[in-house]
Amino acid sequence: MNQKIIEIDILRYRPEEDDHPFTQTFDVPYSADMSILEALQYIKDHLDSSISFRWSCRMAICGSCGLMVNGVPKLGCKAFLRDYFPKRISLEPLANFPIERDLVVVMDDFINKLEEIKPYIIPEKNEAGDKKCLSEGAYKQTPEQMEKYRQFSMCINCGLCYAACPQYALDKKFIGPAALTLLARYNRDNRDAGSAERMKIVNQEEGVWGCTFVGYCSVVCPKGVDPAAAIQLLKVESSKDYLIGMFKPE
Amino acid sequence: MTEQKEKKYIRSHEPIFWGLFGAGGMLTAFLTPVMILITGLLIPLGIIDKGNFNYQTLHSFATSWYGAAIVLVLVALPLWHTLHRIFHALHDLGVKRGRDWQQVLCYGFAFAVSVFTFTILLQMF
Ligand code: SF4
Ligand code: FES
Repeated sequence: MNQKIIEIDILRYRPEEDDHPFTQTFDVPYSADMSILEALQYIKDHLDSSISFRWSCRMAICGSCGLMVNGVPKLGCKAFLRDYFPKRISLEPLANFPIERDLVVVMDDFINKLEEIKPYIIPEKNEAGDKKCLSEGAYKQTPEQMEKYRQFSMCINCGLCYAACPQYALDKKFIGPAALTLLARYNRDNRDAGSAERMKIVNQEEGVWGCTFVGYCSVVCPKGVDPAAAIQLLKVESSKDYLIGMFKPE
Repeated sequence: MTEQKEKKYIRSHEPIFWGLFGAGGMLTAFLTPVMILITGLLIPLGIIDKGNFNYQTLHSFATSWYGAAIVLVLVALPLWHTLHRIFHALHDLGVKRGRDWQQVLCYGFAFAVSVFTFTILLQMF
């Protein structure tokens, strides 16, 4: 049988032996249903076992397998060879993150930002400063109330939007798309009473005002989260907050 | 327990400029094409009678209070929009030096021309 071959260029970097990243080309047997992640696994199993990349779920749930495919941020498990064949494919680690090894990047800055925005429900406190007791019943939510934030809660923290964001590329202090979206997700949740705390983060220069509405984050997002929309909604909130702050300074 | 230090957050004044930018953008998007259509096509083609656009009519329009307000808004807001965009484009192009001065020049220009237009309109009354 005449096996079709697709050429895959991979940007490699092994810190203990390489001074600079370099490109290595692999010939992978092509099949239409093969994902980029499967191609990488084929390379690791059959061609070069030293190659490093992250993955776990293989079904666009865990968010580990982000990488640049021909310069575009993609999930390796959600991008398929058939969309590139017979042209060659170039794989590089996610842009805007430091390379740890081969296709693995250092995500620390991203993870810290996700933590910084207080990504948990901050319940309302009564006069005594206590939150509602379990015996007082559950925090209720109607389907309409859930709809206000549902889309923004679909994020899998893959970091593709950070690789896409030109503002994050210019200034790493910018909180960035996914973290601001997660912030919007909690601020828009009716069970949460932490908006005032989080608005301080939103109102900064490196909060929503670092965004110039390029919108590429929403284009590359594999889960349809639309971080750009979340940020624009927060800009409106921040403007309201600004007006209120003018008449009622803290 | 470890002491939790509350981070210092600095509020940005961007909402003011973003507001003017947004309002100017709306005007530019909706009204500029109409104005180009009227002054650039419909009048030269004779579809609209150019007698309606002689100096006298326009002057009396600009010296009515609502006419003056419309002229001011049509000049000032798109200007704030443009200079806000230029200010951010400089950042996007990586012009890092003198961000403060860039800001003063950009918004200062928009402010100066707005005041200038306002004064001229006042003088015409
Ligand atoms: S918003 Fe989308 S692109 Fe960004 S981290 Fe979440 S799932 Fe990934
Ligand atoms: S392997 Fe989990 S998202 Fe791709």
